[in-house]
Amino acid sequence: MTFGYAHAGWRGPRSLAPPAPPLFLLQPLLARIARAVARRHPEMFARLGIHQTSRFVIEPIGLPFVLYLQPAPRNPILRALPRHARPVCEARIAAPFLQLLRMIDGEADGDAVFFARDLVVSGDTEAVVSLRNAIDDLDGSLAASVAGVFGPPGKLALALLSRRAKRQTA
Amino acid sequence: MSARPELVCPAGTPAALRDAVDAGADSVYCGFQNATNARNFPGLNFTAEELRTGVAYAHGRGAKVLLAINTFPPAGKFSLWRDAVDTGVALGVDAIIVADIGVASYAARTHPTQRLHLSVQASASSPEAIRYYCREFGVKRVVLPRILTVSEIKSIVSEIPCEIETFVFGNHGLMLEGRCSLTNYATGVSTNMDGVCSPAAQVRFEPAEGGALMSRLGDHAIDRFESGEKAGYPTICKGRYTTRCRQEPYYAFEEPVSLNLGPMLAELVRAGVNAFKIEGRQRSRAYVKRVVSAFRGGIDAVLEGREPNVGDLISLTEGQKQTEGAFKTKRWR
Repeated sequence: MTFGYAHAGWRGPRSLAPPAPPLFLLQPLLARIARAVARRHPEMFARLGIHQTSRFVIEPIGLPFVLYLQPAPRNPILRALPRHARPVCEARIAAPFLQLLRMIDGEADGDAVFFARDLVVSGDTEAVVSLRNAIDDLDGSLAASVAGVFGPPGKLALALLSRRAKRQTA
Repeated sequence: MSARPELVCPAGTPAALRDAVDAGADSVYCGFQNATNARNFPGLNFTAEELRTGVAYAHGRGAKVLLAINTFPPAGKFSLWRDAVDTGVALGVDAIIVADIGVASYAARTHPTQRLHLSVQASASSPEAIRYYCREFGVKRVVLPRILTVSEIKSIVSEIPCEIETFVFGNHGLMLEGRCSLTNYATGVSTNMDGVCSPAAQVRFEPAEGGALMSRLGDHAIDRFESGEKAGYPTICKGRYTTRCRQEPYYAFEEPVSLNLGPMLAELVRAGVNAFKIEGRQRSRAYVKRVVSAFRGGIDAVLEGREPNVGDLISLTEGQKQTEGAFKTKRWR
């Protein structure tokens, strides 16, 4: 089952016109992040089960773009899309960027964020629950691990993103 | 002061198990990735190999692992439960938490030295019922349903030959553990036999006008949370419904609220409770770390004669509300 974000002529990121320059610059970085996570945490995919091919749109509130994720172990896709994009997806997850970061890192409880109404989930709830549980089984900080892929510039970027999200969600 | 009570903590994943142990759990309970346990949720639970590693991690740090095999096998499908028991014993779990008489009988006959605990799913709340499980299957501990006051628990302690475990934090659902068929009614999936309350595959959240959020299970609308109103789980028992006899929708069974017995820890220890259980195998390791740490501190404070203070856990509670439930009074609603 897909969630109703499709509109005429739009069938996923492969059919996208070239993204705006800032997003265009982000794509290789995101692709590298997806490959690095898949390589470092292969055990994560077993928990995803049938949802390895599910498509997620993750909306970090406070950032000027959304993320498109398809967590297929051999060819994971992570791309940035303009906020107005409506790709076909099975589930959509929206939360303040900082909360998303804390949930990914095992520092915030997704259910609690949902109770507080800071997390909005729509579409295939089972896909979202599977993704949450798969990520939650990763030890340590996934965000820091990802930032580490890019060395000091990656860590600086993570710090800057966190700071910006803090300002915008304050 | 009674003997040192055990802090029993949830683990839905191996990472949560490690976090629970590191945060001070005396024992951790978990289940396999199938219908043999009552948290059979997507992406959750343990493979046999993960449990083997988890047992080694816990034992290496002086903690125990309790294996929940606490659902009821449908006729003709017993092999899954039998295999779960055999695998758990082979992996060296410290106790198996059972609910079904058939599973209890198999475990007791086949593995007579394996310690058995009686799950809350068995809904044993009277001395007679508890003594039956002790006599017939050698059950060493009973997890009490959340329907008893502390004084009732105290009187049961003196009438049974086994340990008592009570929940102290987490889900505060319908008081019919092991008997609830609401999910089955709404979805065709059984909480008690499939291990799934409100299967995620049939849960939908939909935006409504004015920033409201609708939660649905199958064909049933469960609740509508207005903009800014705190939310609860999409379970039938926590739903808000309209009826002909009420003008406004109301919570017919239970409200979105969590149990928190932090302030009652000393009273429970004095009543003779042997183990305190934190609910939430479906919750994140962030929840596990924070709640386990809080209750570790609370129990240690009681044992040292200090006032327990588990701190502010309200942000982790369902609907961001907490209650002492029937432990405080039978009229908790």
